[in-house]
Amino acid sequence: MSITRDSDWTKMFTRRAMVLGGVQATMIATLVGRMYYLQVIQSDRYKMLADDNRINFQLLGPPRGRILDRFGQSLALNKQQFQVTVIPERAPGIGATLDALAQLIDLSEHDRERIKKEVGRKRSFVPITIKENLTWDEMARIQVNTPDLPGINIDEGLTRFYPHGEAAAHLLGYVSAVDEADLNGDPLLQLPGFRIGKDGVEKVYDLALRGKAGTSQVEVNAYGRAIRELEHHEGEAGSDVVLTIDERIQSFAGKRLGDESASLAVMDVHTGDLLALVSNPSFDANAFSRGLTGEEWKALSTNDHKPLINKVLSGQYSPGSTFKTMVTLAALEHGVITPEQTVFCGGSYALGSYIKHCHKVHGNVPMVRAISLSCDVYFYEVARRLGVDKIAAMAKKFGLGEISGIGLPNEKPGLIPTEAWKKAARGERWAPGDTLNVGIGQGDVLATPIQLATMASRIANGGIAVKPRLVRPTVQGGQPVDEESGEMFESLNIPLPHLEILRQGMFDVVNGPPGTTTAMAARLRLNDPEKKTWALSGKTGTAAVRGLNAAQREAQKRDPASVPWALRDNALFICFAPSHAPRYAMAVVVDHALGGGGAFAAPIARDIMEEVLRLDPSRKPRVEGDQIAATTGDGHT
Amino acid sequence: MSDMAFMSARLRRGDMTPGEKIWHMSWSLIFLLCCIFAFGFAMLYSAANGSMQPWAGPQLARFVIGLGLLTAVAVIDVRLLLRYAYVFYGIILALLVAVEISGFVGGGAQRWIDLGVFQLQPSELMKPALVLALARYFHGVNMEDIGQPSILVAPIILTAMPTILVYLQPDLGTALVILMSTGILLFMAGVRLWKFALVGVMAVAASPVVWSMLRDYQKDRIRTLLDPERDPLGTGYHILQSQIALGSGGLFGKGFMAGTQSHLNFLPERQTDFIFTMLAEEFGMMGGVTLLGLYVILLIYGYAIAFRCRHQFGRLVAVGITTGFFLYFFINIAMVMGIAPVVGVTLPFISYGGTSLLTLMLCVGLLMNIHVHRDVHMGVRGGFNDF
Repeated sequence: MSITRDSDWTKMFTRRAMVLGGVQATMIATLVGRMYYLQVIQSDRYKMLADDNRINFQLLGPPRGRILDRFGQSLALNKQQFQVTVIPERAPGIGATLDALAQLIDLSEHDRERIKKEVGRKRSFVPITIKENLTWDEMARIQVNTPDLPGINIDEGLTRFYPHGEAAAHLLGYVSAVDEADLNGDPLLQLPGFRIGKDGVEKVYDLALRGKAGTSQVEVNAYGRAIRELEHHEGEAGSDVVLTIDERIQSFAGKRLGDESASLAVMDVHTGDLLALVSNPSFDANAFSRGLTGEEWKALSTNDHKPLINKVLSGQYSPGSTFKTMVTLAALEHGVITPEQTVFCGGSYALGSYIKHCHKVHGNVPMVRAISLSCDVYFYEVARRLGVDKIAAMAKKFGLGEISGIGLPNEKPGLIPTEAWKKAARGERWAPGDTLNVGIGQGDVLATPIQLATMASRIANGGIAVKPRLVRPTVQGGQPVDEESGEMFESLNIPLPHLEILRQGMFDVVNGPPGTTTAMAARLRLNDPEKKTWALSGKTGTAAVRGLNAAQREAQKRDPASVPWALRDNALFICFAPSHAPRYAMAVVVDHALGGGGAFAAPIARDIMEEVLRLDPSRKPRVEGDQIAATTGDGHT
Repeated sequence: MSDMAFMSARLRRGDMTPGEKIWHMSWSLIFLLCCIFAFGFAMLYSAANGSMQPWAGPQLARFVIGLGLLTAVAVIDVRLLLRYAYVFYGIILALLVAVEISGFVGGGAQRWIDLGVFQLQPSELMKPALVLALARYFHGVNMEDIGQPSILVAPIILTAMPTILVYLQPDLGTALVILMSTGILLFMAGVRLWKFALVGVMAVAASPVVWSMLRDYQKDRIRTLLDPERDPLGTGYHILQSQIALGSGGLFGKGFMAGTQSHLNFLPERQTDFIFTMLAEEFGMMGGVTLLGLYVILLIYGYAIAFRCRHQFGRLVAVGITTGFFLYFFINIAMVMGIAPVVGVTLPFISYGGTSLLTLMLCVGLLMNIHVHRDVHMGVRGGFNDF
């Protein structure tokens, strides 16, 4: 029995074992096939994926370019600063660590909230900045207590620094953290802690200043921790931007303006180089760079002197009597009056039933005298003869009514009214009385300080349409630009005799008519250390602001201080020097001054012009790119 | 009478001394085992970035202990194995129940019993125990009776109990391995083919019900198998990373201890379930095929032992054990290559793990035992003279 059973068993067993073996062989062949597919056919693809996995590209933020003045003085640079950071995984109980740290340095509730949020969001080995810009004291205190502060480190970093603080805050602008709206695909913008220009030159030249990101290829493990660096490409530091500004004049002017709400522009009449562009009061751009506190922001934004507005570019003022220069040139061009013909000023001017007053009774005034005395009646009459459109045409030639094109943000165009403009803007016919207002730079005429400085420059340089510029085009598209062979300005085709009559009038404004010495002339005469004749020529302006009623106007004449600050007249002064061979022009506007342009704006202009002439920046060789780097060792650290 | 004839008679009677049994062990099989283990040892050494700790050293110690266990099991009289097969099965089943209860009490998945020195995982031991029990059962069944359906009731119960318990742990992988081992064992025992076909049809029919009984993570694993890129950072992460590591190894690999993916921790569980990936990354397809070749030789040894055995019990034990090996390495390798769902099945003799390695050594011991006792005449109940 057992033999047959055994042999039957064996047969069946053998048969089935063959089947089983066949199935298993097939299955193993499948494994080998799969292995071949993955490791031979698809191998390249997986090798690529493997590298993607383990190699992490990191961007390295390039150091931001500096902003330099015309002599290579740094206006904005990168300062090495120390910051305290925490690595969460090394700080068990981050709350306790922060408590301990709060004993040593100032740590606001706001900061702690932010840190907690970041701890939640980031991987535990990524350092999180607790506080930047540590003082030496704070650093020392942390260093001494390191054993009690697990996970706390002090790191070096770069921070934007404006060494002249408030002096050029408006024109430089500031940098700050990237907003959601700024993201445009440039991966640099996503770097933590990266800052971009938010205003002024920092904003306009942001791309040049920003530089190119470096990259670092880091091998990482599955948790993203860096194991070693495989490749490293240094980024390109941002380019320096060289301004036409002379920091010394800029700072001097800022100080001279003191507490006033005022603005001024100083310009080279031949090149258009802006030597100073001051808006007062200013703010500390460094505070913006580190981030303002709520209180600081509130103080700045509610100040009625408007420190956040760059008044040189966006302050639109009635030019007042400074506009009489344009009326004069238009009158000469169209021959509505000759320089010798006089207009009788009896203290008022009647046009139909409409009566306008002069600030004095001047009697018979010829043209030069009308300018120097700023006789309103004379200009009412001349304006009436001209009509508004001819005045407007002349004003536009001198750069009024349109933005200067220096490229800073938020520049306003001002306004030069014409008959057509009034029709279009207000739907009203131009009234003859409107022309009288325009004749003395009131009414609808609006100009910004930079436009007034441009106007003064064009008067001073003999009618050349010089354009203001703020940035020296040293490098464009990677190629250095030869500035001297650069832009040639067009002539405005103003006959020189016309300009000379106007300039005589402007000379007399400051220095008094030939042979006389007025009180104003005494005040405004430039002190001349080298006994050279440095005469100043200029034109005052006192512009009423809207909203002042007749009674208040009378009160202001007696005692300006009795009128609320915001309703007082603006004091203006445009000028150029030296009178006989003009080189520099300036416009100063003091908001709501306690007096007119002659009393209030002109002395400021005089002091600054004296400093400008003393320094004479346009005649000094400027420092070129490579010299800049050599002469100023700061910045690129 | 020659020495051989004398020996042959003693072999048939099975009254050899332990020394003789050790002499008759298949030393080439043990050498093969050492080769496979050497692969694993090297990978564990590499997984720890070139260190004996924490894996390679302990594993080597267990292997040496395992060799002792193997020898000890090989010299046990095969008839004792037959006689106590059900007892052994019963003990392991009781342990499984105990684990299930303590797991229920403790909450969560509990797969092992803490014996202090090491942790005993009864589900591992269940595999050889079930093989022994089934072999014992079919050893006593006549060829003619196999055709009767009633014959199958006992094996189904024997299989179902541990399968359900293991599934409840939950350890779907081991449960499936147990089911498949039993299936193959029944097939080799001579169960009619149409019955397998019937079970197959029923399985297909029941698959929606089974699907609904699966836990969410188990469903996810099966979905992930069908489309690994469905959720590359979630359930598909392991399998995708495994394929990347494997594929990037290429034909010849990145070199010993130079596997980037495994060493940078992209590869999960590189010392246990995914050790084959690491091997294939570092030694390439050549390394993978070499290991497969070693496994195939092991299979051939196992089936050869089954063929040469002269009793049904031994044949079925050898087939059962060998089939187990096959299922382990096939499922594991198929899993890491993305052609089987991610179930916790380790790579035999390679993956790190104490119970797993010792159980495998015990299994080889059983195989060796059958080899040594291949000619022993055995009665239905494992008596020495009842044939």
